Amino acid sequence: MGQTIAEKIFSKHAGKKVYAGEFVLAKVDLVMAHDTTCAWAIDPFYEIAKKVWDKSKIVIVFDHAYPAPNIQMAKLQTKIREFAQKQGLNILTDGVCHQLLSERYIKPGMLILGADSHTPTSGALGALTMGVGSTDAAIAMASGQLWFKIPSTIRININGKLPKGVYAKDVILMVAREFGTEGGNYKILEYGGDIVRNFNISQRLTLTNMSAEMGAKGAIVEPDIQTKKYLKENNRNYNFSEKLISDKDANYEKIVNLDVSKLKPLVAKPPDIDNVEEVEKIDPPAGGEKIKVDQVFIGSCTNCRIEDLDIVYQIWQKNNLNKNIRTIITPASKKVYLQALKKGYLQFFMEKGAIISNPGCGPCLGRHGGVLNDGEVCLSTSNRNFTGRMGSPKAFIYLGSPATAAATAINGFITDPRKYL
Amino acid sequence: MNWIFGNNINTDLITPGRFNITTDPLELAKIVFIEHRPEFVKSVKKGDYIIAGNNFGCGSSRETAPMALKACGIDVIIAKSFGRIFYRNAMNQGLLVIIANTDGIKPEDKLELDLKNQIIINKTQNKKNQAVIPPLAVKLYKSGGIIKYLKKNGLDSMDKLFNK
Repeated sequence: MGQTIAEKIFSKHAGKKVYAGEFVLAKVDLVMAHDTTCAWAIDPFYEIAKKVWDKSKIVIVFDHAYPAPNIQMAKLQTKIREFAQKQGLNILTDGVCHQLLSERYIKPGMLILGADSHTPTSGALGALTMGVGSTDAAIAMASGQLWFKIPSTIRININGKLPKGVYAKDVILMVAREFGTEGGNYKILEYGGDIVRNFNISQRLTLTNMSAEMGAKGAIVEPDIQTKKYLKENNRNYNFSEKLISDKDANYEKIVNLDVSKLKPLVAKPPDIDNVEEVEKIDPPAGGEKIKVDQVFIGSCTNCRIEDLDIVYQIWQKNNLNKNIRTIITPASKKVYLQALKKGYLQFFMEKGAIISNPGCGPCLGRHGGVLNDGEVCLSTSNRNFTGRMGSPKAFIYLGSPATAAATAINGFITDPRKYL
Repeated sequence: MNWIFGNNINTDLITPGRFNITTDPLELAKIVFIEHRPEFVKSVKKGDYIIAGNNFGCGSSRETAPMALKACGIDVIIAKSFGRIFYRNAMNQGLLVIIANTDGIKPEDKLELDLKNQIIINKTQNKKNQAVIPPLAVKLYKSGGIIKYLKKNGLDSMDKLFNK
């Protein structure tokens, strides 16, 4: 019987041919943990091991609250530093973990565990990258392997022609509306179709990143010429002769076909990512109640690569920002930050009045800059709008594309970006 | 007593990011549902059950959520479905996570578990519900979580969790 790409990767790491539904023990290529998950891995680790299995295959990232915004985080980071030093591990501090994994480590066919729910992000590069908790991460750090129940795959084919002003974020919000917050639960979401084939890696990363919000165990895009280009640009070699694609007779749980030709800019309204609405309905052309915001956040592993900042720059060219709101830009990595610096964007953004923070998670999770007060509203390019996510449980978070965020920052209310394109 | 919750109870609600910045389980126990259901920490007793709808524990992978629930005295969570990372984390922490139809269960209902046959018996309403309680989950629960299991059986004993 044919296999999906996920089954192939599991099989390679389990040392035998396996299929969805089976339990296996599989070797991992890399384990990642960060400043809000590594701390809880340390005590369990020392209960079962003294030394990590392979220090070259463990990546610790300080990104969620870095530099430390308060004493409690400082304490946790000290604990992690001591662990890293004892085990000979490096700590990366210059970007969001998933962005750094994609830029520096991931190759197609790898099996990666990350102690973070958005670990499926790097699956855009044709790897199997799954989120786990701190204890599972500790076990993997100690042994280089973990038990798995092989998930089944849902194939999502995205076709059509993307209209102007509509981007990868809008596509994945459409998928979220279709699937709901549980529609991908325990599954691998495998993306294909003309739109995905023509997407660059940055756009694919947006799709796989938000798959976690539908409960997915992993999200993957079969590697191709775009993947090859990205790996080359990021100094990684990979032998593309291996056909790392799903077989024609692979067994999918479901195949979903979506067409984007009539898609419009979308937002996810609080407090769920499947609470999706067309922006034009809340920025109605004929007047009516607009949604005023207090903050716009352009950042996160979902949407703050240089390609996203290109769009922001384009929209702000001939426009000023609303002075009554905070507009925060947090590049997803040092690389993105320096690219933006070279292109003159940082000066341009600063002169417009935006706040630029250090590469990392920034305001995304309400622990590090840009915390929301009671009753405040934020339009964010990130991936989660749960109650209390960015501060007060009485605040409201809308999720949208960088284009929608840029347009919103001009007016101070949620705005259809097509007005500026 | 049974604490009844609805759908999509995410881990930000269970242990909010502003409060869960500690590895001490006793400190975590003080902040469980601190904003979503403030009376929980004041009234929860050892042996209470959590009864929930769909997608319990969805969202962030934070293991503080099941850690804190365990530290509060919760041993059993019954839900229609679970967020997948929470499901594993809860098993790793020694919680018994059970998938079943939870419609109609009331706070004062006396519930009994038949682990062998995977059945929930509601003694108060005189009802029986088929549940999903995988043998792997029972093994981890009876061991007190995966770390205790591995300490007892060795780091290379993970495959014994799912092999007969």
